[in-house]
Amino acid sequence: MSASSSSAHSVVEPSALTKRIALGAVILYALITMIPLFWIVITSMKSPPDSISYPPKIVFQPSIEGYCNLFTNQTRQTPEYLATLPPPQNRCEEVTRQRNMVIVGPSNFLKRFANSLIIAFGSTALSVLLGTIAAYGFSRFKVPLKDDLLFFILSTRMMPPIAVAIPIYLMYRELGLSDTKLGMILLYTAVNVSLAVWLLKGFIDEIPREYEEAAMIDGYTRLQAFRKVVLPQATTGIVATAIFCMIFAWNEYAFAVLLTSGDAQPAPPFIPTIIGEGGMDWPAVGAGTTLFLIPILIFTILLRKHLLRGITFGAVRK
Amino acid sequence: MTGQTPPDRIAERVAAATPQALATGVRGLSDRAIAWIFITPTMLLLLAINIFPLIWTIQLSFTNFRANRTNAAVKNVGIDNYTSILSDPDIWAAMQSTAHFVFWTIILQTLIGFTLAWLLDRKFRGHGFWTTIILIPMMLSPAVVGNFWRFLYQPQIGLFNYIIAFFTGVDPSSFEMIGSVQLAPWSIIIVDTWMWTPYVMLICLAGLRSIPDYIYEAAEVDRASHWRQFWSITIPMALPFIMLAVLFRGIENFKMFDMVNLLTSGGPGSTTEVASITLKREAFEKWRTGFSSAFAIILFVTVFGLANIYVKALNQVKSR
Repeated sequence: MSASSSSAHSVVEPSALTKRIALGAVILYALITMIPLFWIVITSMKSPPDSISYPPKIVFQPSIEGYCNLFTNQTRQTPEYLATLPPPQNRCEEVTRQRNMVIVGPSNFLKRFANSLIIAFGSTALSVLLGTIAAYGFSRFKVPLKDDLLFFILSTRMMPPIAVAIPIYLMYRELGLSDTKLGMILLYTAVNVSLAVWLLKGFIDEIPREYEEAAMIDGYTRLQAFRKVVLPQATTGIVATAIFCMIFAWNEYAFAVLLTSGDAQPAPPFIPTIIGEGGMDWPAVGAGTTLFLIPILIFTILLRKHLLRGITFGAVRK
Repeated sequence: MTGQTPPDRIAERVAAATPQALATGVRGLSDRAIAWIFITPTMLLLLAINIFPLIWTIQLSFTNFRANRTNAAVKNVGIDNYTSILSDPDIWAAMQSTAHFVFWTIILQTLIGFTLAWLLDRKFRGHGFWTTIILIPMMLSPAVVGNFWRFLYQPQIGLFNYIIAFFTGVDPSSFEMIGSVQLAPWSIIIVDTWMWTPYVMLICLAGLRSIPDYIYEAAEVDRASHWRQFWSITIPMALPFIMLAVLFRGIENFKMFDMVNLLTSGGPGSTTEVASITLKREAFEKWRTGFSSAFAIILFVTVFGLANIYVKALNQVKSR
C-alpha cells in the first residue's frame, strides 16, 4: 500500500513501471470481482445437470433450458401421454419434453418483472417530481429551519427498513394498500425523495441565480423562470437523480418481501423462490438474475460520471 | 430572498422599488408562497410514510399488541418491552453478530478499497474503463446477487469452494461456508466486501484526486521520501473521505437485511442473525409486534446517533 513502488519520478506523473504494476493489480482485482457475475451468466446457459457438475464446467453445451424454465410452468407427464402429443412447436417445448415434462403455461416471472418496471418507473417519476420542486425551494428561498428540515429528510433514509416496515405493514393493512403497486410506489417514493432532494439541491445550487434574476427582469414570473431557465439547466442532474432512484426501487428487497406476496410482488423477492424439481433450478435462477441485472449494468455505465455524487448524497462532487 | 447575494443586484433594486402588492400581482405567486408550495408535498409524504409510522411504533412499543391477533385486548405494559429487550441474551447475541459484521466489513473494505483507489490514482491508460468494471457489483441488487452466492457457496458443486480447493488443496466438500458455525459469519462478510469495496474505492479515489499536485511537488523539492509523503500528505488529506465512506458503510451495514436474509437467513442457528434479521423474526414470524416495535425504536435511536455524526463529517468534507 505504500508509495515505495514509485520510482524517482515526480508523483504527479508516475513512472511507466509504476503504472504497469498498478494496471496489473487493478486488472487482477477486476477479473476476480467479475467471476461471480460471469458465473451467473454462464449458469443461465447451462442445462441443470451441467450446472451442478463437479468439477464446475466452463466448457459446456449451451442450453436454453434455464430460460425456458424461468418463463414457463411445467408438469411431469407419463411417456405414454407425451407420445400422444403433437410434435414440439419450438426448441423450448423440445427440451422440456426430453425431461418427460410439458409446458402448461407462462410462469409468473414476466408479471413480476413488469411489476418491478411499473413500481420503479412510478416511484422514480414521483420522487423526482417532488424532489425537484422541494430542492428548488430549499436552494433558492429562505426556509425557516432549513438545515433541520434537510437533516430530517436525510435521516428518514437512515432508518432500518425492517423497523419502518412494522407500522407500514399495519397501516397498509388498514388502508387496503397491502400488496398493491400503488402502495409500493408511495413507499419507494418516500424513501427515494430524500436522495432526490439532497442530490437535486446540489445540482440546482450550481446553477447561478443570475440566470433566473435576468429572466425575471425580462418579465418572467418566478414560476416561468423556474420552468424555462432552471429546469433546462438542471436536466443532467434530474436524469442522474432519476437513474439513482430507479436503481434503488429496482433493487429493493426488504419492503417488497414483507409487504407484497402476489399481485404487486416485484422481481427481487420472486427470483429466490424459483425452485425446480428436486432442489434449486440454478440455470433458471441464473437466467432470472441475468435478465434482472442487465438494466442496472446499462444504467451504471450511463451514470459513471455522477456515480460518486449519487452514492454520497451529493457530499462528494467531482 | 437572496440572502447571500450582494445588495447591489439589479433584481433586488427593482424589487425594492416596486410596491409589494403590485409586485405580487405582476409576478404571480410570491416567493414565500412558492417556497411553501414546493416543499410541502415532500414534507407531507414523509410525515405520512415516515413520521406517522414512527409515532405509531413508539406507541406500540409500550403495549403487548400482536399484529396477528387484532381482536385480543391490547394492554399497556409500560417500559416492559424495553427492559426485556435489554436483558434478552438473543438480542445481545444479535447485536454482537451485527458488530462483528460491521467491524470486519469496514476493515476489509477500507483496506482493499483504499489500495485500489491508490492504484487507480496512478492514472495509467484505461483507468476509467477498469474503474467502471470494478464498480459494477455495488450497483446490483444485494438480494438477487446474495441469492446467487448461495450457489457459489455450495460445498462440492459451488464455484467458491472449488476455487479455494484449487489454490489450497483442501477437499472442496470438506467445508461449508453457509452451513458451518465458524464460517457462516465470514460468508456474509465476503459477499458484502465483494459488493461494497468499490463504494469505498470510489470515495477514496475522490479524496486522492482532491489533493493538489503542488503539495507533492513541494514535498519533492524538500526531498521527502515517498513513504513520508504517503503518511504525511496522502493519508491525512484523504482521511475525511475515508471517514465518510466508513460512516456510510457503517450505517448501511448496521441495518443490513436483504443479502443476509437470502444468503443465510440468520443461520446456522443464529450465528449470522444480525439485528434486522432478529427484528424480522420477532415482528413477522413470532408476531410480537409490541416487543419488536421497542427493538425498532432502539435501532432507530442508534442509527439516528450515527446519522448525526455522519452529517457533521459530511459538512466537514464539504467545507474543504
